[in-house]
Amino acid sequence: MSTRLPTQGRLINRDRDVAFTFNGTRLTGHDGDTLASALLANGQTLMGRSFKYHRPRGVVASGSEEPNALVNLGEGDTLEPNQRATTTEIFHGLKATSQNHWPSLDYDIGAVNTLLARFLPAGFYYKMFIHPRPFWKYVYEPFIRKSAGLGKAPAAEARDPDRYEHFYAFTDVLVIGGGVAGLQAALSAAQSGAKVLLLEQTPHWGGRTPVDGGTIDGKDAETWIAETVAALDAMPNVTLRSRTVGAGVYDHGYVLGYERLTDHAPEDRGPRHRLWRIRAAQVITATGAIERPLSFAGNDIPGVMLAAAMRDYVVNYAINPGDRTVIVTNNDDAYRTAIALHEAGLKVPAILDARPNGGGALMEEAKALGLTVKTGAAIAKVKGHKAVHSVLVTQQDSDGSETTEIFCDAVAMSGGWSPVVHLWSHCGGKLTWDATQAAFRPDHDKAPTSHDGQPFVIPAGSADGEMNLSAILQNAAKAGQTAATRTGADKSSDAAPTAEAPDEAPLAPVWMMPANAPLKLRAKAWLDYQNDVKVSDVQLAAQEGFESVEHTKRYTTLGMATDQGKLSNINGLATLANALGEDIPQVGTTTFRPPYTPISMGAIAGEARGDIFQPIRKTPMHDWHDANGAHWEPVGHWRRPYAFPRKGESVKDAVNREVLATRNSLGLLDASTLGKIIVKGPDAGRFLDMLYTNMMSTLKPGNCRYGLMCTENGFLADDGVVARIDEDTFLCHTTTGGADRIHAHMEEWLQTEWWDWKVWTVNATEQFAQVAVVGPNARNLLEKLGGMDVSKDALGFMEWKDGDLAGVPARVYRISFSGELSYEIAVPANLGRAFWDKLLEAGKEWDITPYGTEALHIMRAEKGFIMIGDETDGTVIPQDLGLDWAISKKKDDYIGKRAQARSHMTDPDRWKLVGLETLDGSVLKDGAYAIAGGTNANGQTNTEGRVTSTYYSPTLQKGIAMGLVLNGPDRMGEVITFTDGGDDTKTARIVSPVFYDPDGEKQNV
Amino acid sequence: MLLLTCPYCGVDAEETELHAGGEAHLKRFGPGASDEDFTAYLFHRENPKGVHFERWRHANGCGKWFHAARCTNTLEVFGTYKAQTTEPPKDLLDTIRAKRPGFRWRDLA
Repeated sequence: MSTRLPTQGRLINRDRDVAFTFNGTRLTGHDGDTLASALLANGQTLMGRSFKYHRPRGVVASGSEEPNALVNLGEGDTLEPNQRATTTEIFHGLKATSQNHWPSLDYDIGAVNTLLARFLPAGFYYKMFIHPRPFWKYVYEPFIRKSAGLGKAPAAEARDPDRYEHFYAFTDVLVIGGGVAGLQAALSAAQSGAKVLLLEQTPHWGGRTPVDGGTIDGKDAETWIAETVAALDAMPNVTLRSRTVGAGVYDHGYVLGYERLTDHAPEDRGPRHRLWRIRAAQVITATGAIERPLSFAGNDIPGVMLAAAMRDYVVNYAINPGDRTVIVTNNDDAYRTAIALHEAGLKVPAILDARPNGGGALMEEAKALGLTVKTGAAIAKVKGHKAVHSVLVTQQDSDGSETTEIFCDAVAMSGGWSPVVHLWSHCGGKLTWDATQAAFRPDHDKAPTSHDGQPFVIPAGSADGEMNLSAILQNAAKAGQTAATRTGADKSSDAAPTAEAPDEAPLAPVWMMPANAPLKLRAKAWLDYQNDVKVSDVQLAAQEGFESVEHTKRYTTLGMATDQGKLSNINGLATLANALGEDIPQVGTTTFRPPYTPISMGAIAGEARGDIFQPIRKTPMHDWHDANGAHWEPVGHWRRPYAFPRKGESVKDAVNREVLATRNSLGLLDASTLGKIIVKGPDAGRFLDMLYTNMMSTLKPGNCRYGLMCTENGFLADDGVVARIDEDTFLCHTTTGGADRIHAHMEEWLQTEWWDWKVWTVNATEQFAQVAVVGPNARNLLEKLGGMDVSKDALGFMEWKDGDLAGVPARVYRISFSGELSYEIAVPANLGRAFWDKLLEAGKEWDITPYGTEALHIMRAEKGFIMIGDETDGTVIPQDLGLDWAISKKKDDYIGKRAQARSHMTDPDRWKLVGLETLDGSVLKDGAYAIAGGTNANGQTNTEGRVTSTYYSPTLQKGIAMGLVLNGPDRMGEVITFTDGGDDTKTARIVSPVFYDPDGEKQNV
Repeated sequence: MLLLTCPYCGVDAEETELHAGGEAHLKRFGPGASDEDFTAYLFHRENPKGVHFERWRHANGCGKWFHAARCTNTLEVFGTYKAQTTEPPKDLLDTIRAKRPGFRWRDLA
């Protein structure tokens, strides 16, 4: 059982207690504790359960690489699953619960899986959940959903109460990692004159050097670190940020940083997390190295820890991890842990060094302290279940059958160190295998390159594979100077400080312990703790034919947990390489992808949430609609009223009422969202002739013409009414959703194809409020308002005129999308609401009825007018819709003309637009297909058409629809069958798409 | 995230400010063109692992279209230039040829 030591603990303040709870139990830690150290201080070595077998697990690491000690933090709205206890600073009132167990952490029913491990091999999911097929839906899927995920997802109704923000930063040199290498690199770069930003993921500077020991410039490491941080802090060209992880390196020097501002102090004001969006000319990755576990049976039992992590807990947090700790290693570094434990007054019954000849100076130091070193030794097995009971010691070069038992309650293991090459690799940096250190390190000849083709990432310190303190500082100083020089800084920096640390003997690669372990042991030797992947699983995958490390990863789930294989990657691929009989560099690594550690969704969203997630575009009349019960419909970024239901009225009833009121008397539509693009210049007519399928250059000033726009591929893209303002000027109306797109389309052709044409375009959509006054009493209303002459003679159908109405300057277009007498009136946007109010007031005597988009749609469908997005879907040409009349035969060219001449476009068997009328008057389903006889080559029912628009027409009191039907216009009166969802069908007669007032008598008055 | 210099406003624009527009220097074929020419114009695109000429629009900026010569593999940008041209400027081609011996792109070499 772990406890708190009476001495040590450089990062904790024993004078300040911090109360928190774990699984509901009140516990006390100290200021400066991580959740992991505080739990250990309270004897809580069992911290979680593994994913697949629900094995009891304790903390194995001390930093962001931790795979086991994941907890749910907070509750309710602030609940966050899968938080690493090792990187969580405790605070008063912290609430943590453990994950992936039922009913409790101590007694977990799911642990029965560990007894079934034999039946849950690599690729179990793929093998098991295939047959029988019907089991998928009712047995397998519910089972997988139930067991998926480690932590608890926040409740669906939970809303994150915290604030997040994005922060943009620009720097010459970005240094990621604030250990001694990062500090030195930043110092050298800053002395050279570069602007420097330094990020450190933990709250503390100096990395693990204060724990590991050694002197720098004759001072102890801690002093040098404090002085260097102070020096950097005083330099005007340096910015320091702790609790900020460099999460990802991207193209052209773009880097994401993730700063945790108030996670450790939730009562503080301000944003919780900050996403740094950094542009750096040069990036130095001083990201350190991560210790690897050793693969021996029982290496996952709580109490088995990485050697350096155990040293961290002793020195930094005054944790006694166990009274008797066995050290097992293949390198010198773990001896530091033995010495640290010994100095803390704890017993180290044995140091098991797998190397036949043991280590160097550190081994001698340990021996001099009276510690027992066994060389060529290995752990055959750790005994215990929820805690370490003993280890069985054997010879590394054996099958582990001959053992001696050593009683202990903790094990510290070290399999060597892997440089953290993640950030180097994110943007294309390549790796080289260092056989001496048995690790991948950055290949300087293949660095990530930036926009200028030059390298922009430089690794520094142990992230570059340097493991000796002196070499680390030399390397980092050079990296800092090089980065600064590359950014144009021309001062020289001070020489690197000299450091003293013991020389270390080379490690011996150990990928399985003991070397010839039988299956029984290999099946208990964990590679990936979180996802429960063992040595035997990777070997089975190799046996089953998996050769690629990327495939093996996915098949076994090695390295696919939330820790992304920080501990397991190298051990896993070494195991794979051995199983395949290949060298490790031949097998290679999986791809390192950002982010380095998980970052919160809140930080990614930043300020973009709630009302400002996507700002809504509002017409000048928006507030009136809102106050008058608008049932809103999103149209692009706009909100448009779908209908205005009255109290107690259904939306459907409101729509029908609005249609009838408009048809019978007077309706009012806010049409402000319609696109209004001004096209001006001597070549404007010529340009519009290319854009529209029909002739626009012949349009007379004062007149309007309906036009169609196609893509160069021939498909109908937008439609609308064009008004010629004067000889040089046209105003093009587009659909609501099309305004920005069509404006961009115009600019694209003008800028990139016809750049010598004298044409300017302006998107004036929001400069005008536009109101459609529709219905038999439309003219009466305008005449009552007074002002310009809107009589039939003064303003004929498809004409427009400037003037004023009720004292408001207005441009009035006599156009109709409803088939009624109709005026569309554009007024300056700032007068829009006042004008709307005047219309409502004056229109009372005709029961003026504001209507929404659904009434608009129904009325246009009753008239057989097409709607972009209903009748068109990117595969429909104007000829399909019977719009040949709007396609000029005289023009040599327009965008889409050549495409429409292709054989498939001129095929007489293309589906064409018709009206559809159900025999029983009911409404067809939108998108329903017309069924033809027989089946196609795939056994699917043949079709001969589909519904594009379908409504209940209150005017005609029956269902009406439009659709595209094979040879439709030639089959008038024929009855065809449509699907109606499931196996039901409906029959409908092919009719003209113009259901209402086919002669246009109502609009032409 | 790419950084391209807009040759109109001079801004070093982030990719989020830009709208990608596919291959540059396409020659338009209209009515009267053969099926082969029209198909090639509409659909056939270069897909080099190497230097490519691309169209970009400074959409959230000055709104102008421009061209960029960019290596699709290393993301090196050799230069950007205004879109009102049917071929890359000679000095840019010289730069690319010097840096990438054996460079080929459509009819350019």
